[in-house]
Amino acid sequence: MRCLAKLGMAVAVSAAVLSGGGTAFAGEVVRIGAFLSATGPASFLGEPEKKTLERYVERLNKDGGIGGRMIELVVYDDGGAPDKAATLAKRLIRNDNVDMIIGGTATATTMAAIKVIEPAGVPFISLAAGIDIVEPVKKWVFKVAHTDRMAAEKVFADMKRHGVSKIALVSEDSGFGKSGRDQSLKAAPAFGIEIVADEVYSPKDPDVTAQLTKARNAPGVQAVFNFGFGQGPAIVTKNYRQLGIKLPLWQSHGVASKEFIRLAGDAAEGVRLPAAGLVVAEQLAATDPQKPVVTAFKADYEAAFKSEVSTFAGHSYDALQMAAAAVLRAGSTDKARVRDELEKTSGYVGTAGMVTMSPTDHMGLNASAFHMVEIRGGGWVLSD
Amino acid sequence: MFAEFLQYLFSGLTSGAIYALAGLGFAIIYNSSHVINFAQGEFIMIGGMATATMVAAGLPLPLAAVLAVVATMAVGVALEKFAVEPARGADVTAIVIITIGASIFLRGAAQVLWDKEFHALPAFSGDTPLRLAGATLMPQSLWVVGAAVVVIALLWWFFNRTLFGKAMLATSHNRLAAQLMGIPVRSVLVVAFALSAMLGAVGGIVVTPITFTNYEAGIMLGLKGFSAAVLGGLGSGAGAIVGGLLVGVAEALASGYLSSAYKDAIAFVIILFVLFFMPSGLFGKKGTDRV
Repeated sequence: MRCLAKLGMAVAVSAAVLSGGGTAFAGEVVRIGAFLSATGPASFLGEPEKKTLERYVERLNKDGGIGGRMIELVVYDDGGAPDKAATLAKRLIRNDNVDMIIGGTATATTMAAIKVIEPAGVPFISLAAGIDIVEPVKKWVFKVAHTDRMAAEKVFADMKRHGVSKIALVSEDSGFGKSGRDQSLKAAPAFGIEIVADEVYSPKDPDVTAQLTKARNAPGVQAVFNFGFGQGPAIVTKNYRQLGIKLPLWQSHGVASKEFIRLAGDAAEGVRLPAAGLVVAEQLAATDPQKPVVTAFKADYEAAFKSEVSTFAGHSYDALQMAAAAVLRAGSTDKARVRDELEKTSGYVGTAGMVTMSPTDHMGLNASAFHMVEIRGGGWVLSD
Repeated sequence: MFAEFLQYLFSGLTSGAIYALAGLGFAIIYNSSHVINFAQGEFIMIGGMATATMVAAGLPLPLAAVLAVVATMAVGVALEKFAVEPARGADVTAIVIITIGASIFLRGAAQVLWDKEFHALPAFSGDTPLRLAGATLMPQSLWVVGAAVVVIALLWWFFNRTLFGKAMLATSHNRLAAQLMGIPVRSVLVVAFALSAMLGAVGGIVVTPITFTNYEAGIMLGLKGFSAAVLGGLGSGAGAIVGGLLVGVAEALASGYLSSAYKDAIAFVIILFVLFFMPSGLFGKKGTDRV
């Protein structure tokens, strides 16, 4: 990446020299706008996203910018409110004249901003997970995060491998959990999985043994799949052991952080879940093309911010790298050309996985972006 | 069949005891000032967060708990001194709004002072569930129920058997008359805030091993606690406990026998029904408004 940038800069500089600096490519800035939920309920996603974006823009600029052009970053905080996100997107386009937009920490803020960005025709890379963002495909909208559908499919494939066909779905009554539940219900039949119990809990319920008792008593149930985020899945896991349920427990990618293991403690032993390469960086095979990218990003992030790296920080990194590469290939900040180049992104190895976009796929990730892991001895064990 | 019912009941009692403990804090301040302190949930959060961080730093649990209670009481007193007292002349609604502002401030301060992550505490008596007729209950749930019972007993004693407690009740009935009788009405409100902060902190400490805590844990506890207090009759300690248990058990039975997707709605429908027929709650005194 970096040597590509240097090469690009060299080409740009020599081009500028040859043409007598007439239509100097260098000198002008690339204006990237971002709206993120740095505060509010989604701040634990938005804050690392913002920090990462700022850090890597600074680094790109230090290394000569994008083909010699410095990046000017404008970041706004939407506080997690969709209406505010739409207003900020409008401001980025009208007042700040940005060349492209990164952002939308959550699906709700992204969807609200799309209504403004799509008609204005500005390349937009969302950091949120919802499948609605790129399905149906919208001309100017791209996304970098894994979808809930991919996580559900990964889990169902794993269940099938373990000979499980009848499961109880226990999901959280939150944006993440609801989307996960919907996608799970849609994806299950293709894998021959039958959902025999469908229970819901609130994200802040102190006790879910009632739901789990009902799930356990569903006829023929062979395993339980929990879709949630934050403290909920930790309480589910603790209650699961309290009730002494012997069925295997699968969790979603929502718990792929050390925090889950810390909260659920011994109860987390044996839980299986899909996780992005970034989470299990150390354990990836040396031949894995993602290995150098994720280990370098993880080490850099953890040294700089003294906190565990999260996949959300990675989304920010991926979005910026893909945006920079697209501008470089386009050789300008012309919005239509940058958009076309973004769509041609091919074989980009990022923190989320290998990305190859197409006119019909504005995410470009497949199920291989997730790895199945099992929690053993208080840590992740890769078990694809 | 019975084991299932018992498990739903235990689930409800665990949640209910937590709601009840949260609800009790509302009662004290309401009793002495007719103010509903919406920062009550934040007292619970501060108690839990302070204990969790001190335990994580290596302090023994009892010491950490005591320090956390003291710290939370200091926050309660500061809240009264710097936010509520300057608005002494304002009407009750204005003070209620001040407490909402204070709760937002405290959440923000907790975010800065601590972080946005969840914190846990080990269970006081281990993680081995108690088994009873096929159902299980965590020992920590008994700690929560026990704490609620002890707290209500102490409160009853304080308000009915001590001079200062009686003075607080008198102030709530008629502030001017109480002042003429020589009751230091100013310190009454300070003590009320300190007491309810202490209660919140105790609640936060016994609840954290079950629910975990983070800077915004107080929102849900405050809301459910408030529902419990209203259901039981604002200002009544016993009412808050019964109200909390009712909400918890209703939620658990609803998710067990009806639909877990609508359990919150069912709990709130019950509250609405009770308030429709008994506007002052289950244990509330009949309100008499002079025209």
